[in-house]
Amino acid sequence: MLTEDQKREYWRYNLRLTVILLAIWFVVAYLLAGYFAATLNHISFLGFPFGYYMAAQGSIIIFVIEIALYAKLMNKKDLEYGIQE
Amino acid sequence: MTLRKIFTLYTACFLGVTVLLGIAESAFGLSQRWIGWLFMGLSLGIYIVIGIITRTSNADQYYVAGRNVPAIYNGMATGSDWMSAASFISMAGTLSVQGFSGLAYIMGWTGGYLLLAVLLGPYLRQFGAYTIPDFLGARYEGNAARIIGVVAAITCSFTYLIAQVTGVGLIVSRFIGLDFKIGCFVGLIGVLFCSVLGGMKSVTWTQVAQYIILITSYLVPVVYLSFKLFMVPVPQVMYGKVMQQNSARAIEITADPAEKATRELWKKDADEVAAKLKAADLSYAEKEKLTGAKKKFDGLATAPAKEGAKVANYLEVPKGVKMWNFLALTFCLMVGTAGLPHILTRYYTTPSVREARTSVGWSLFFIALLYITAPAYAAFARNAVFTNLVGSSVDKLPAWVNLWQPAGLFSIVDKLKDGVVQFADFVVTSTDFVVLATPEIAGLPFVITGLVMAGGLAAALSTADGLLLTISNAISHDLYYNVINPKATLTKRLIITKILLVVTALIAAWVATVRLGIIVEMVAWAFSLAAASFFPVLVLGIWWKRANRPGAVAGMLVGFGLTLYYLIGSRFFGVSWFGTNTVACGVFGMPVGFLTTIVVSLMTAPPSQAVMDLVTSVRYPKTGQANKGRVSFGVEG
Repeated sequence: MLTEDQKREYWRYNLRLTVILLAIWFVVAYLLAGYFAATLNHISFLGFPFGYYMAAQGSIIIFVIEIALYAKLMNKKDLEYGIQE
Repeated sequence: MTLRKIFTLYTACFLGVTVLLGIAESAFGLSQRWIGWLFMGLSLGIYIVIGIITRTSNADQYYVAGRNVPAIYNGMATGSDWMSAASFISMAGTLSVQGFSGLAYIMGWTGGYLLLAVLLGPYLRQFGAYTIPDFLGARYEGNAARIIGVVAAITCSFTYLIAQVTGVGLIVSRFIGLDFKIGCFVGLIGVLFCSVLGGMKSVTWTQVAQYIILITSYLVPVVYLSFKLFMVPVPQVMYGKVMQQNSARAIEITADPAEKATRELWKKDADEVAAKLKAADLSYAEKEKLTGAKKKFDGLATAPAKEGAKVANYLEVPKGVKMWNFLALTFCLMVGTAGLPHILTRYYTTPSVREARTSVGWSLFFIALLYITAPAYAAFARNAVFTNLVGSSVDKLPAWVNLWQPAGLFSIVDKLKDGVVQFADFVVTSTDFVVLATPEIAGLPFVITGLVMAGGLAAALSTADGLLLTISNAISHDLYYNVINPKATLTKRLIITKILLVVTALIAAWVATVRLGIIVEMVAWAFSLAAASFFPVLVLGIWWKRANRPGAVAGMLVGFGLTLYYLIGSRFFGVSWFGTNTVACGVFGMPVGFLTTIVVSLMTAPPSQAVMDLVTSVRYPKTGQANKGRVSFGVEG
């Protein structure tokens, strides 16, 4: 069983991770691939205009990496606190 | 045999059969009709066999596949549950016409998985119920929230289901030559065999099998095209070059005098329709028809690039109100994805919270394989139109045009009557030909078209499976068992579920045969409705202990109601807030749903200690009262 302190620490870690991942999600999807895409299109990336690339592929690749990272870090944290199933 | 061995063998057999059919086609002239029948018969046969092998009458197996589906397979099952006929058949086509604006679908339908992964998935798994209304009933203490959940789940799922059945009917009628109506019912047999016999357990393993078919068939034609053009079989990377070529060609076409003359003629048609539209005494049907015609003519009168511009319109990023709509649609699709009950329940089937987290990652990975290929598909198809259609003579059209023109998805109208095909002579009524016709555009044997057909069928059937199960479980488990008759025995519940499955399927097939044009639109609405009704109460239910029953009930009603109001108002009565399109109607309902839940919760008494403890327990795996679903959450309200 976790102590109250451990519970708080664990939850805080989770909160921080969640907020960071959602912040990246927001910046990628709504700013880079959305609002500022027109400006970024002046930059060329792998033969694509960068803004287009971010909306068509870049954002999706980043989402996959984010979820993989989340699963990895949280699963590790569970082991650390001995609350894995 | 391990699962990995079974599915490797299965994939090898599937590819083997495809190759054999290909040989039969080229060496013995196997007819197209036969290839179509064989692909449909074999794939439906496999799904039915899986349904029979995995049949079950155990509640845990039936509702949540025994909660022992490994993360990677659950990911594949979610992938095919998620990717519907719309993703498989329509998305690349939409992109090939809409360009950048169409990418809202690509981002929206993938970005939602991050929300699902960090905000909902693992916690719902830890909670361990059978259905989403189950969670609402337990978390918000009683049947009020549960019943609204049931209604919202059925509304979203049913409209979505009809679209899948329509997709099945279209594929079967086009490739096999059966009547559309019969096609709808034939496809349903495959669905029913799985879901009736083995519920979630059969559906899960069938969906894994269907994923393998759908991804293979999606990748083969476009990989081949990429190899043919560039000697590199990675279309996802190579299409950048194709897009540059397309862009240069679009600018060239814009400046061409014959092309300009053609556009002028379309412009004239558009103006004529506009004048007719001004007449006061038009009936609703006439008005809709004229508006549709005007939109079509306007589209044809639009140049593929602006005069003197450096890039084609295709790549241009929308500005102002269009940008707002782009962002709003992306948002609605993302949040809707994370709120759709048939996807959420998939994470109840993993063995543990750990596996649930990993599984969301696998889900998005498998979905991404198709989604990052779709823009490539679109670019290659556009390239084919630009390079081998535009400028050819009307008497000697490329082979693929002649093959597909009778299907009625596009037509060539020689507007100038100069005998040459201009870009503006290419009148597209439905962009759905893009994925289906690409094998022929690439000059591939018909067997590949058969493969694509099997893939489209798998995509539509797998989604239909998941939706049907969600609907029948919502009625039998949540409404009948938990609300009406909590004393019902398991046998009785399962019999009711199975009867409901058949009845729902028949109703869906019947509605689909009526061919309401509006169904495709309704799919997009389902996302907004799910975003506004489920997402706020699910997220707050997990992340905010203070959220209580009156808050949740009010939040769901207001979110659902406002979205419905804007949806109907903007679609039929000219209501417009910030110029928002109807498809993005959830962009107002969702935040208001959140706000209402919070305000009403704070104004009323906090939830009971038991519920607060329950919320605490879902945050820490293994520590709390989380269960494996054997306890029913029939909290009496």
